[in-house]
Amino acid sequence: MQLYDMPDARGHFGQYGGTFVAETLVEALEELRVMYEKYRHDPVFLAEYAYDLKHFVGRPSPIYHAKRLSDKIGGAQIYLKREDLNHTGAHKINNTIGQALLAKRMGKPRVIAETGAGQHGVATATIAARLGLECVVYMGSEDVKRQAPNVFRMKLLGATVVPVESGSKTLKDALNEAMRDWVTNVHNTFYIIGTVAGPHPYPMMVRDFQAIIGIEAKQQMMEMVGRQPEAVVACVGGGSNAMGIFYPYIDVPNVRLIGVEAAGLGMETGKHAAPLTANSAVGVLHGNRTYLMQDADGNIIETHSISAGLDYPGVGPEHAWLKDIKRAEYVAVTDDEAMAAFHNLCRTEGIIPALESSHGLAYAEKLAKTMSKDKIILVNLSGRGDKDINTVAKLANISL
Amino acid sequence: MSRIKTVFSSLKQQGKTALIPYITAGDPHPKFTVSLMHTLVKHGADMIELGVPFSDPMADGPVIQRASERALLHKVGLTAVLDMVKTFRQTDQATPIILMGYANPIEAVGAVAFADKAKAADVDGVITVDYPPEECGSFVKELQDRDIDPVFLLSPTTDAKRVELIVNQASGFVYYVSLKGVTGAANLDIVEVASRVASIREQTNLPVGVGFGIRDAATAKATAAIADAVVVGSRMVLAIEGSNEANLLSNVANLMTELKTAVDAA
Repeated sequence: MQLYDMPDARGHFGQYGGTFVAETLVEALEELRVMYEKYRHDPVFLAEYAYDLKHFVGRPSPIYHAKRLSDKIGGAQIYLKREDLNHTGAHKINNTIGQALLAKRMGKPRVIAETGAGQHGVATATIAARLGLECVVYMGSEDVKRQAPNVFRMKLLGATVVPVESGSKTLKDALNEAMRDWVTNVHNTFYIIGTVAGPHPYPMMVRDFQAIIGIEAKQQMMEMVGRQPEAVVACVGGGSNAMGIFYPYIDVPNVRLIGVEAAGLGMETGKHAAPLTANSAVGVLHGNRTYLMQDADGNIIETHSISAGLDYPGVGPEHAWLKDIKRAEYVAVTDDEAMAAFHNLCRTEGIIPALESSHGLAYAEKLAKTMSKDKIILVNLSGRGDKDINTVAKLANISL
Repeated sequence: MSRIKTVFSSLKQQGKTALIPYITAGDPHPKFTVSLMHTLVKHGADMIELGVPFSDPMADGPVIQRASERALLHKVGLTAVLDMVKTFRQTDQATPIILMGYANPIEAVGAVAFADKAKAADVDGVITVDYPPEECGSFVKELQDRDIDPVFLLSPTTDAKRVELIVNQASGFVYYVSLKGVTGAANLDIVEVASRVASIREQTNLPVGVGFGIRDAATAKATAAIADAVVVGSRMVLAIEGSNEANLLSNVANLMTELKTAVDAA
């Protein structure tokens, strides 16, 4: 039995979450909440979702024992949940399939999405093409520049990519713009949010669609080693891959859940994207209450991370809750530490990880050193790094 | 009696509709805001909606977002906005000031502290765009305890049950958002708005203001015929955006005169 039972009926995780939206969006969210409640346990809907996860995405994604990496570090054994092997190259597709199937059932022919690194945009464009839905993706113009290959992929898949020029021109601004589109076109449009943030029911719904990661991992760990790991580690921007792998483990005692945020240039510089680690003030943004990077006037401040997917000033409300109740721990690693872990995995295991996932790897390496060789750390390798090769090359002054 | 109530009952006696212009505090520069407010009043504003700049104005269109960005360049936060109201009050104790903004700047101060400060600055009403009645907790009570009116938005998609919930918390007036979408959007369907306003009136005695999509004398006049107040936001901000330091106040005055004539002719 699942003892942990969150959120409440109106989407609250303690003081976090909720539905902080303009009146114009209330009706649309209520319609979504009702439809999701109707289908979340519907066997036909779930069968369709499971079919696509297996035959379209290629699930279950394997767990891989990174032996050479573990040996090199000389501590705990590192296992990787290979979400990078999913169709489209990251965990994002698990959620977009769920929401797109819901859009179909709600009779919405058009889907929209926000994207940072572009992985969620690609995953949305992919399922939209597969289901014959019109797709518009909002992306900060800064991100359009640093993630050019994903922009082209979305276009190949038939999506319209709209560069967002307002604010800091990154993920949070793309989310604002997508919300504006939704409030204007709600009669025919389904907004596919890519992370466990936004107004209720999004944080819960995205978590539920991503929980397949943790559900599989629990079973696979039993099959591989006959027990669960000492720690589960995942990177946290908005926090969808982390919630996906954490959620099924919340009620499992003695499994540490560790979320790794982006410390950017270093926590002490203020140029980071780690509201939980920094103990930022609690506030309201994008429809939910959570820890937020903000100034004294309550304006959102610009974040910094080498990884576009972690470059977000807030965090999903359930992570805020898990931090407060001390069920999960949150730490941060710098751009440099993430880069080192990126190269390490490339060279020792033949896997090119996403820069986002490299944050999780970097912390796992640190943690492994403090643990004995019979202990196990499971890292959610949330995506592959093909999309990041331009960023990495630029850092090395190489032009591709 | 609150200033908002006083203005509405006096207009009602004269058979007139209130004209409520919106400007963002600090736009185009904080040094102009108080004189802009006096200009608005001099040329026909019955109340003023004063926007509190926010970095992520999710419910606003590009025009008002740009106004926020211009104000934030000069670090105009909630405290600075309240100081502007205080300065305005030194010479105008009659015109109601309604703050309009988002929840986070208020949460950064704290609900109780904000209500105290707003009272000290002599603010009359507060619209918090992303505080629906279910989420604003004790905030409404904190305001009403200090005779500040919490003003709520109603939208074309708000059903009768929610209208009931909202009007039971609101005071001062309710603000009907006349179209789906963000501020500054086009296509005002006046027949549809009239029928919605009529049904809202069946559920409340509060005055009903209408805004979003009022862009010229014609739409202002048509709206004035069916509402107790006409709110003009993006059009006002566009006039500010299109001005320079020399013609800012006269451009705003001209637009106000045009709108006031239209509203009074309804």
